[in-house]
Amino acid sequence: MAILINENTRVVVQGLSGRIGQFHAQEMIEYGTKVVAGVTPGKGGTTVLNRPVFNTMQEAVDATGAEASLLFVPPAGAADAMMEAADAGIKTAVCVTDGIPAQDMMRVKRFLRRFPRERKMRLIGPNCAGIISPGKGFMGIMPPNIYMQGRVGIVGRSGTLGYEAASQMQALGIGISSSIGIGGDPVNGSSFKDILELFENDPDTDAVIMIGEIGGPQEADAAAYVRDHMKKPVAAYIAGLAAPKGRQMGHAGAIISAFGESAQEKVALLSASGIEVAPNPSAMGETVARILTPNRNAA
Amino acid sequence: MDIHEHQAKDILATFGVPVPKGGVAFSPEQAAFRCRELGGGRCVVKAQVHSGGRGEAGGVKLCEDDAEVRAFATDLLGQSLVTKQTDANGKRIDRLWVEEASQIARELYLGFVLDRRSERIMIVASGNGGMEIEDLAEEDPDSLVRMEIDPAVGLAQYQARKLAFNLGLEGPQIGQMVTVLKACYRAYRDLDAMMVEINPLVVCKDDSLVALDAKMSFDTNALFRRTEVAALRDPGQEDPRESFAADHGLAYVGLDGDIGCIINGAGLAMASMDMIQLAGGEPANFLDIGGGASAKRVCQAFRTVLSDSNVSVILVNIFAGINRCDWIANGVLQAYKDVGIEIPVVVRLAGTNVEAGRKLIKESGLPIISADTLAEAAEAAVAARPQSIAAE
Repeated sequence: MAILINENTRVVVQGLSGRIGQFHAQEMIEYGTKVVAGVTPGKGGTTVLNRPVFNTMQEAVDATGAEASLLFVPPAGAADAMMEAADAGIKTAVCVTDGIPAQDMMRVKRFLRRFPRERKMRLIGPNCAGIISPGKGFMGIMPPNIYMQGRVGIVGRSGTLGYEAASQMQALGIGISSSIGIGGDPVNGSSFKDILELFENDPDTDAVIMIGEIGGPQEADAAAYVRDHMKKPVAAYIAGLAAPKGRQMGHAGAIISAFGESAQEKVALLSASGIEVAPNPSAMGETVARILTPNRNAA
Repeated sequence: MDIHEHQAKDILATFGVPVPKGGVAFSPEQAAFRCRELGGGRCVVKAQVHSGGRGEAGGVKLCEDDAEVRAFATDLLGQSLVTKQTDANGKRIDRLWVEEASQIARELYLGFVLDRRSERIMIVASGNGGMEIEDLAEEDPDSLVRMEIDPAVGLAQYQARKLAFNLGLEGPQIGQMVTVLKACYRAYRDLDAMMVEINPLVVCKDDSLVALDAKMSFDTNALFRRTEVAALRDPGQEDPRESFAADHGLAYVGLDGDIGCIINGAGLAMASMDMIQLAGGEPANFLDIGGGASAKRVCQAFRTVLSDSNVSVILVNIFAGINRCDWIANGVLQAYKDVGIEIPVVVRLAGTNVEAGRKLIKESGLPIISADTLAEAAEAAVAARPQSIAAE
């Protein structure tokens, strides 16, 4: 099963005609992902990588039955492209684009609320590495070979730190059901809690590692969800113990601006909610190994 | 991106927020002239730096006449103002704002921020103004009134009115408060602000409302479509290293330690800093070289990190996805050639084209310390520091 993407997911790439879009779509196709079409306004009727390119998302969805979309659209037009995907009936959209204005994202989130639950689009990102279900398919910019197939879910803000976790797990022989990058922006499509909920209900996932960072309330909300609603074990790591207050650390959302947003405070909150927090970023793999061991609390 | 108080007041005034009359000055003569423009009597002189807490730090003074304004301006201009929000070097005072003195009856706090939980613009206000919001939240949290604004509707009239009544305003003050709130909201929305703060917003003895101070900060991701805002940037208020890095596509934040960091990805950069601390060292900086980094960008990263004279060792940690380890390795070798590196360098490469990258480093004959994992890399960097520093 895995979550959000599998070997049958039909993917359209918004911005397929661009250099970046084409490069990553090629990698996705080589991995076995079902890329069925591209959308680039004005390039309708052409083909890229032997896939038809359409002018609008509606045409692409009508012609190919695509249910997922990956966006490589520059910041100025990215929010608009997300809304177009939602309107065309896309179920899952992943946006890699970094640098989208925060108020554009506020409008997108407000726009998505107009759809009834059964046809509401799930948005992942922006400013994320994408999503992968190892051995099945991926949508994004990650190096797919570092993800071993298995039964642990990964959800994180940072792309490269997610790679770090996946490779530590691979070194220990621990495989992954799906890995989801939710992105580093202050207003994003899906929260940690949204993804944890999907993993909790996924029969192919036994445990989850959540990789958070300084800034924002999403890790705290996720901790409450784990405490009150999750049966599967959860490990975590929070980046930014050495980060000063009030300074933005690369990600637009990585800034300690309120009480409870520092790494120390988040670690305390997560630990109190029964989450096994890795003491340092080199121990993410072994922390996952620990929560996978039965009777871990007996010792 | 932050702007100066006088710029924020100009902007807010165009949207309809009442502000005191005044003028900006770059020299003592100009400051004295501004005072005479206002009538030559009592006025307030305020240092323009990108920081709060200017009053406590001695950057604000109520002056009686133009001679006193000139004397105070002479003392301030060219100096650095160290506030509790700046570092020990402070921020350089290049300009002053001279404004008419107000007859204050009451001080309010008014702030507009992006609330990340509701994903909406939120108003935070208090009838107890003048204090920093952090202190207010700690000392008088019950006085804080919060209100979310639906982006599809905007700030409704009733919301603004309700807020005004909640703050204990009355009579003609209510209508003026509604005007101020709607103006601030429009400025926030139309200019892609991230923060608008009026502290204090004062009620004068004649019942009028005036923004005595104003602070605005803007979404850097939206500057491409807000050229009038981008033009207000004052590089003199920025750390020159951070400006240099930003101009070359690097995200850099200077810190106090001595281990220079060159990393790809914000999360991995923060994690590497954490790992350095755990290994007993202190990071000198946060630096994200971004995706698809060329050899040239790697060189600029070395230049940026080395411009901090505290740096005694450099840690390069790359987990390549959209990057390529061989490009990074070439960049490191190029930096040895072009930038000149006389301190130890630890390199850890992983991900796309890792074998090719490691081979380049190994065969270069340069004294580069290689590491395989994040932990090894941090420990090697801490161990590679000169003894004199390590012993401190």
